[in-house]
Amino acid sequence: MNQEMIIPLLAAAIVSGTPILYATLGEMITEKSGVLNLGVEGIMIVGSLAAFLVAKFTGSPVLGFVAAGLAGLCIASLHGVVCLFFQGNQVVSGLALTIFGTGLANYLGTSFVGISAPGFSAVPIPGLAEIPVIGPIFFQHDPLVYVSYLLPVCLWIFFHNTRFGLGMRAVGEYPEAASAAGVNVQNYRWLGILAGGFCIGLGGAYLSLAYTHLWTNSLTGGRGWIAVALVIFAFWRPGRAVFGAYLFGGIMALQLRMQATGTHLPSSLLLMLPYGLTIIVLVLSSLKRERTGAPAALGVNIEPVD
Amino acid sequence: MQRYRVVKRQERLGWRSCFVFLVAIGLSLLLSALLLALRGTSPLEGILVLFKGGFGTRWALEDCLLKAIPLFLCSLGVSIAFRLQIWNIGAEGQFALGAVGATWMALSFPDLPAFILLPLMIAMACAAGGAWGFIPALLRQKLGTNEIIVTLMMNYIAIQLLDYLVYGVWKDPTSFGFPMTQTFSDQAILGRMGTSSIHWGIVHCLVLGILFWIFFTFTRTGFELKACGDSVRASRYAGIPYDRLVILVMVLSGALAGWAGFLEASATINRLQPSIMVGYGYTAIVVAWLARLNPLQIGITSFLLAGLRVGVENMQLDLQVPAAYGNIMEGLILLTVLAGGFFIHYRIVMVKSA
Repeated sequence: MNQEMIIPLLAAAIVSGTPILYATLGEMITEKSGVLNLGVEGIMIVGSLAAFLVAKFTGSPVLGFVAAGLAGLCIASLHGVVCLFFQGNQVVSGLALTIFGTGLANYLGTSFVGISAPGFSAVPIPGLAEIPVIGPIFFQHDPLVYVSYLLPVCLWIFFHNTRFGLGMRAVGEYPEAASAAGVNVQNYRWLGILAGGFCIGLGGAYLSLAYTHLWTNSLTGGRGWIAVALVIFAFWRPGRAVFGAYLFGGIMALQLRMQATGTHLPSSLLLMLPYGLTIIVLVLSSLKRERTGAPAALGVNIEPVD
Repeated sequence: MQRYRVVKRQERLGWRSCFVFLVAIGLSLLLSALLLALRGTSPLEGILVLFKGGFGTRWALEDCLLKAIPLFLCSLGVSIAFRLQIWNIGAEGQFALGAVGATWMALSFPDLPAFILLPLMIAMACAAGGAWGFIPALLRQKLGTNEIIVTLMMNYIAIQLLDYLVYGVWKDPTSFGFPMTQTFSDQAILGRMGTSSIHWGIVHCLVLGILFWIFFTFTRTGFELKACGDSVRASRYAGIPYDRLVILVMVLSGALAGWAGFLEASATINRLQPSIMVGYGYTAIVVAWLARLNPLQIGITSFLLAGLRVGVENMQLDLQVPAAYGNIMEGLILLTVLAGGFFIHYRIVMVKSA
């Protein structure tokens, strides 16, 4: 492989990694507050449909992007209702949300399969885009990619330097102590669920507005689940999530390229790659036996009894 | 001003928990009906078609039973894992592997007599499904790898594997390019009962269900499993080999789903093709949870959710409602019932504050 092949491949890795990055960061926010939300796949696909529909009917991809976030927030709020109000099991509620979300998106989207909507196109950043190697890889994309560059930084600052962020981490680590210190546990968990859902919805928007520009059934294709895995792989750190998301983006881009150039490998074996890699990545991260950064109270409901 | 307080129930709710359950189902039906209106279908007519199509005719009821068979086996499988709080989301993949394993035998030894070939197919289906459950269990116990994601990813891999086989080496040369294997030889097909459309798989379900009950009620391992389900820590102190049980449970779980895969391939469609994957493995999770992991209730719930599938098929034909509507309903039912569980453990008391 020479440079002319590697640079476009890396640029494509960024593009296919971006929806996964949004979703991974969203799930990370939720999990930091101590709530496990396995509904990522469902939230994400509803986000993609909302983005598609709003962009199609208003003509504005920006509105579509925002709508996806709001749709993600709405779907995620169901998880909040079931787990925070009604003490439902978080694993089961998340699974139910995935079943519901994929059903809802495929149901409402049936009449739009194969139809395209206005989306985002590449806007090279003047100056930065001309840097050799780095420019074409990082700075010749659509605006949503640039937004996703800022997100991990913002999250890191949020979790380490703001009152809210520290409160949220406390709630995820040791809710009883946080509560005793006067932190309202339920409110922080709601914040975690809603902000996370918003972000996951944005990841869905990227798929329909920038990645494909059209709607198909089951557009997410397991990316939501990959995001759940990447949170573990990232040891709940935003920086590592970036690395993980682009790693997967790279594999997906490579797989598409190999299919296009017609290798001897059958396409179903190529399609297994990202899923197999997810397992490998998880196994590798579980080899690290010491503290992996998982919030201590992840998945545990707080009894409402006072 | 009135405020409310949540109080833990002291005594068990008993029969009144049925009421909670019914309200939850009613609420999910209401929400699903509203969603029908969103696509311009009359909600009342839709729900009517759903029920009439699902349970209204002899043909529909037979179809329900047919679909309940794989659901029951998959659900029984995941329910044993759930009892130990092992989240086996992989029934879909284990089912696929079971179908692949059974097909492998059916295509390799088409001329063996049925009384040898069918057990061979079942054995291979269970082994393949069991192996698909064994891998995530081993990773979980040895390395602490999250089994939810591994089982789920293995679903995707299993489906690609099935596709690879039916699009490639196993493709019937006379199928005009359709991705499917040859129709199985007569010896590899599990027959139907009398003149009905129900195949003998229903007897398999009954026998396995009873064996399952005997296993949990009368054997030492069954008792240990129950104890672990109640409290992992307590059972570890009592010297129960938790790690080994987890592996056993996942293999059993996979084997049952694999058996379901065998039944679908052998008895229902008589060959292997991609359309064998219709999401029974995911619905099985809904069934297991709604049935509170109880085998008898799993039987009943499998039948009801099979009816939902049949009903939605009818809505598809009569009212052009997309097939995905079934998933919406399954998801909503699970969400509302899960939320309703709150009222079984807690009650809300109004408090008058000064």
